[in-house]
Amino acid sequence: MTPAAAPLAGPGPLIDVHAHFFFADCGRAEWDSLNRARFRAGDRIGITYHVASILGSWGRWSPTYFASPADTTLGNDAMQAIATHHEDCVRWYVAVNPNDTRHALAEIDRRVEGGAIGVKLAAARRADDPLLDPIAERAGAGGLPILHHIWQHRRRHWPSQDASDGVDLARLAARHPTVSFILAHIGGGGDYAHTFAAVRDVPNVYLDLSGSGVDRGMLDDAYAAVGAHRLLWGADITLCTGLAKLWALEVIGLTSDELADVRWRNASRIFPPGAFPPTSPPRRD
Amino acid sequence: MRRAFSHRVRFRPPARRAVIDINACIGQYPYRHVPHPDPDVLVRVLAREGLSGAWVGHLPSAFHRDPSAGNDVLFAALEAHADRLRAVPCIRPDWPNWERAFASCVDRRVPAIRAYPPQWGLGADDASMRALAAACGAAGVALVLTARFEDLRQRHWMDQAGDLAAAAIRNVARGNTRTRIVVCAAGRGTIEETHWGLTPEERELVFWDISWIWGPPEDELAMLFRTIGAQRFVYGTAWPLRLTQTPRANLALLPDDVAGAALADPSAW
Repeated sequence: MTPAAAPLAGPGPLIDVHAHFFFADCGRAEWDSLNRARFRAGDRIGITYHVASILGSWGRWSPTYFASPADTTLGNDAMQAIATHHEDCVRWYVAVNPNDTRHALAEIDRRVEGGAIGVKLAAARRADDPLLDPIAERAGAGGLPILHHIWQHRRRHWPSQDASDGVDLARLAARHPTVSFILAHIGGGGDYAHTFAAVRDVPNVYLDLSGSGVDRGMLDDAYAAVGAHRLLWGADITLCTGLAKLWALEVIGLTSDELADVRWRNASRIFPPGAFPPTSPPRRD
Repeated sequence: MRRAFSHRVRFRPPARRAVIDINACIGQYPYRHVPHPDPDVLVRVLAREGLSGAWVGHLPSAFHRDPSAGNDVLFAALEAHADRLRAVPCIRPDWPNWERAFASCVDRRVPAIRAYPPQWGLGADDASMRALAAACGAAGVALVLTARFEDLRQRHWMDQAGDLAAAAIRNVARGNTRTRIVVCAAGRGTIEETHWGLTPEERELVFWDISWIWGPPEDELAMLFRTIGAQRFVYGTAWPLRLTQTPRANLALLPDDVAGAALADPSAW
């Protein structure tokens, strides 16, 4: 690798635990350029693995956060195809809607066979709803972490989703202490300070740093609340803010060991063994 | 189909010239704790980021009814860092005898004046804002507006001001022939609604900081560079509220066709 092509985030493995892709049937004409832009920026940053999901048809045939069974299947088909095509750098979550328990469990079983390494839950049901218990049990049995969409401090209803917050997820996590829960995008909207207080003492909840929010103090407070061993790097749909946070982590006092935890080691620990083999630089076609 | 863009961006190596941050402040924010928002820390951050200086406002003044006392605090706080930090005081144009405060600031050779119409309850067609813009032009100083301080999704329940509307920016930009207007923390929608709602001559006097425009995969910053030109943009960080690394990351992730594009240079104004 020439110096000019050195990864912007520095050498060493880097796992984005919160990525998304698009596909032809998702209603966005530029779906392919969006995917290409993610790979382009990912290569430039130095992302080793994008761990991604597709939420149904992204609203085309049913709502993003209330995806129908057919849409859920469609999105997972597309996600599986992308992961298969980009086996060198893409891993994936099977997305499910907990309102259709039978479909959700069948999707998890089928997609794990197809290579999924985690479960994605969005906002079709609150995190503490009993309907999530069978899904958490199935994830626990398979050693799969659950990435759960979170609104940081849900003080009122937000349109188009039954959002959960840190308190809701902490209740689910307490019921399933052997399952790893990834609390999505602390920079993704709402009051992250409330989240830190809610999950500080819940050891199986990990904070994903993704989201467009780049408030000064947010990373420092997350680190203070749960320690580097419960932080996971991710970008979600703004890779620029993801890179900024990586650079910021280097100046807020983490040791190099702790940085490695956040960049990849924590992810390696909570996803199934062998999910992230060492790689050589990816080739794009 | 290939899109026709009005601006072709020239290829340049990554900029090595002096870059200033036009969107920095000192002082606390009323709705959450901000770590050490002090001038000496800002100077260290600028050095770390490779920036040569900053235009600096007084953050609490945006939320005061009368910003005069905040301006005094700002001038005093920056005195020891005059080589790197230039004070950008705040003038409220619907306040009695604001012209006197304005003249006093201009006498201190400030590069720009800040104003916060949403925080003062000034509507999108407010005449006093047009008067302030005209006064800035006559005095040879820029007018700095702020689209937002925080993401709409996280605002404190008492923070009811709302974002600066594109209509409010057009209000001061239309008919303007000599005032440079700098808008901080705007997103693509506000930028496009304003830019394409102005004449070519009016557009040439409006500048946008890049602190709140998304990079990949949406690549909105790249798209704006292609459509309205990189010279319409200036470097801004929104320190102390936001990570200073964000605009640097955004520029570093630009696609090849716009990588290295030169932003406008406010230090030459």
